[in-house]
Amino acid sequence: MQPRLELRNISKRYPGVVANDDVSLTIQPGEIHAVLGENGAGKSTLMKIIYGAAQADSGEIYCDGNLIAAHNPAMSRSLGIEMVYQHFALFESVSVVENIALSASSAFNLPSLAEKIRELSLRYGMPIDPHRQVHDLSVGERQRVEIVRCLLQAPKLLILDEPTSVLTPQAVVKLFGTLRQLAAEGCSIVYISHKLDEVQELCDTATVLRNGKVTGTARPKETTSLELARMMVGSRLPEMHVSPAAPSEKPVLEVRNLSAKARDHFGVDLEDVSFNVHGGEIVGLAGVSGNGQAELIALLSGERRHAQGDAIKINGTAAAALRPDERRRLGLAFVPEERLGRGAVPSHTLWENAVLTAHRFGTVRNGLVDRRRAAAFATGIIDRFKVKANGPDATAQSLSGGNLQKFIVGREIALAPKLLLVSQPTWGVDVGASAFIRQTIVDLSRAGTAVFVVSEELDELFEICDRLLVICKGRVSPPLVRTSTDREEIGLLMTGRTMGKDQTGGSSVALQD
Amino acid sequence: MELFIAIFTGTIIAATPLIFAALGELVVEKSGVLNLGIEGMMLMGAALAFWAVTAGYSMPVAILAGALAGAAASLLFGVLALTFLTNQYAAGLALAIFGSGVSAFLGRGFGSEPIEALHGVRIPVLSDLPVLGPLIFRFDPLVYLALLMFVAISWFLYRTKAGLILRTIGESPQTSHAIGYPVIRIRYMAVLFGGLMAGLAGAYLSVAYTPLWVENMTAGKGWIALALVVFATWQPLRVLLGAWLFGGMTILQLQGQALGLQVPSELLSALPYLATIVVLVLISRNRQMLALHFPASLAKPFRPAS
Repeated sequence: MQPRLELRNISKRYPGVVANDDVSLTIQPGEIHAVLGENGAGKSTLMKIIYGAAQADSGEIYCDGNLIAAHNPAMSRSLGIEMVYQHFALFESVSVVENIALSASSAFNLPSLAEKIRELSLRYGMPIDPHRQVHDLSVGERQRVEIVRCLLQAPKLLILDEPTSVLTPQAVVKLFGTLRQLAAEGCSIVYISHKLDEVQELCDTATVLRNGKVTGTARPKETTSLELARMMVGSRLPEMHVSPAAPSEKPVLEVRNLSAKARDHFGVDLEDVSFNVHGGEIVGLAGVSGNGQAELIALLSGERRHAQGDAIKINGTAAAALRPDERRRLGLAFVPEERLGRGAVPSHTLWENAVLTAHRFGTVRNGLVDRRRAAAFATGIIDRFKVKANGPDATAQSLSGGNLQKFIVGREIALAPKLLLVSQPTWGVDVGASAFIRQTIVDLSRAGTAVFVVSEELDELFEICDRLLVICKGRVSPPLVRTSTDREEIGLLMTGRTMGKDQTGGSSVALQD
Repeated sequence: MELFIAIFTGTIIAATPLIFAALGELVVEKSGVLNLGIEGMMLMGAALAFWAVTAGYSMPVAILAGALAGAAASLLFGVLALTFLTNQYAAGLALAIFGSGVSAFLGRGFGSEPIEALHGVRIPVLSDLPVLGPLIFRFDPLVYLALLMFVAISWFLYRTKAGLILRTIGESPQTSHAIGYPVIRIRYMAVLFGGLMAGLAGAYLSVAYTPLWVENMTAGKGWIALALVVFATWQPLRVLLGAWLFGGMTILQLQGQALGLQVPSELLSALPYLATIVVLVLISRNRQMLALHFPASLAKPFRPAS
């Protein structure tokens, strides 16, 4: 059989890194082919090369047996290659049908296109209303729009880049159903992921990448997870040590009946949020992004203040009306979601970035920065948290995502906080650094600090948290004890379905567990 | 009745240059580009159109010359801001100052004689109607063109695919580029169109509104046009209403001066500027409205990724 797509010896280098090194793979019609690898293994680069959004330095691409000479996205579309991006290429300010019309080659006829969208989306079991504005859609719905947009072109090859990272477990099941239906109709699918269980469930074949090289091909359904993982990360398989929690008697963070209106049209209102975090435990907040996490974190960190001061208490002090620096004085430390721009000033050096939150720890005296101490402080973090950096004078933006995250987490931990807020601790961080950061957070909590983690990665929350909360549409569920809940239950709560089942007792019940 | 007709027609005429300039800028900003140089482009248009009339060219040719002068000035901005990715604020301000200087230089030889202004239209029957005739059917052709442009631009932006593409480029040029639209080329066209409209606005000032040449005769109307676009929250209808409001205030304060109000005339002259801005600030407080119509990538340079 003529392969749908064939890559021969593809190489691509960027300044300082080899993103793809002599990569070859073959995809048959109707095959679901996984490209498996860690963050930074070169998966996304490879996909861009297949789609024509980036050009390979060397190597050849064949589609249905024909060499593609000059490649670009327009060429891809004429060949029937479509791509669903990890970060959606949708315009927020216009409707679904207008978004799709922009990439459709057909005549500009919105009513007939809307009808087609409705039909097609129903046929593949993912209904969407073509006339809704995109900014009103959930992330899962946006993904549907992207997929339907591709399907309208009747693709022969569909590329999906980490499609499940933003979905609830139930939505993943639906997506897989759609993909299988597509493959059965003869469409080839390239499925990029770093999640082994998904690849084993869905894919016929897998090409594993590590550091830009192919480290193996496998039939994932006949290969053990361990073997696949070995191919992915090599011999190093990090292991977590999580000892039982010993929560303090009194909560360090108390949130009581916190309600807040969204700051703008794109936000979510928080409704009557209550929970506690005790010293010595890690409480996680699960949820599909855009359900109020950003609002809650802003209110907790002090970036946004609340008139009702006792809605948030830190160590018993009413803190909701306090400024961020006043809250930090109460023992709060905060690792925000955006490393560059919120967690660190990109163009500033590491020691300057250290001073930003550590100014009460000897780095500033009489209003003047003590450079030597600041540099020593930064060096301390670099050594202790194994940050790969060119010393304290390196700029924040020169570090890789994982190393900068280690530095920021390290900086906050060096403040010896009583309460640590962490938002997306390991987003875009490679497996090794992720494990290190998680272990660091666990160790900090076992030393008595109260830790509150917001994450979209359920695996991560299950790995480190003692108790879990779920946020959906601005409401937070009663806490669930990690050892007595499962992904199924959390997933249901993420979609808001079983919200409100026996809430009596609240957090105290869960604590006694 | 006489007075009402005078105020009404005066309002419409005073608003016309603003409608041209602000609608042009609206299209530019919808594509995500901020051209602060409207004042300069208007002055170039005013100078060129005036020169063409004094040099003996016909009125349509003179107006066209003014529009093209505005477009040529905007091309300068386009090269700086779109090709060389200069800071758009700086490039726009430079254009404003440059246009004012160049037009003053060109205008040195123009003398201070007024020219014969652009005539009002004569439509059989309609123009001779009582009341309605002088009220609506005797304007000069550019007044009608301005209204036509309003309809055309509204239709273009919200009903055509090209308009949709323009608006989405203003929201996210990266995404538009990824889908395969030529972002830079489309932005150039928007900038040129904005220049053409600003040039028209200038031409209107020097050959129709006050048919003589005075240095810096735009008197800040380019800046008002800029403010109009922002405070009209990037919606064509609000731009139109804002321009009429400004025109109305201009005429009213002139009437006030004529009636000998005991207020310094400098303050009265400032009134249209003040009133327009105050009203527009009040109606643009709705943040949701802003978020929906604001071109999210406004004034951010875009370089297509290789």
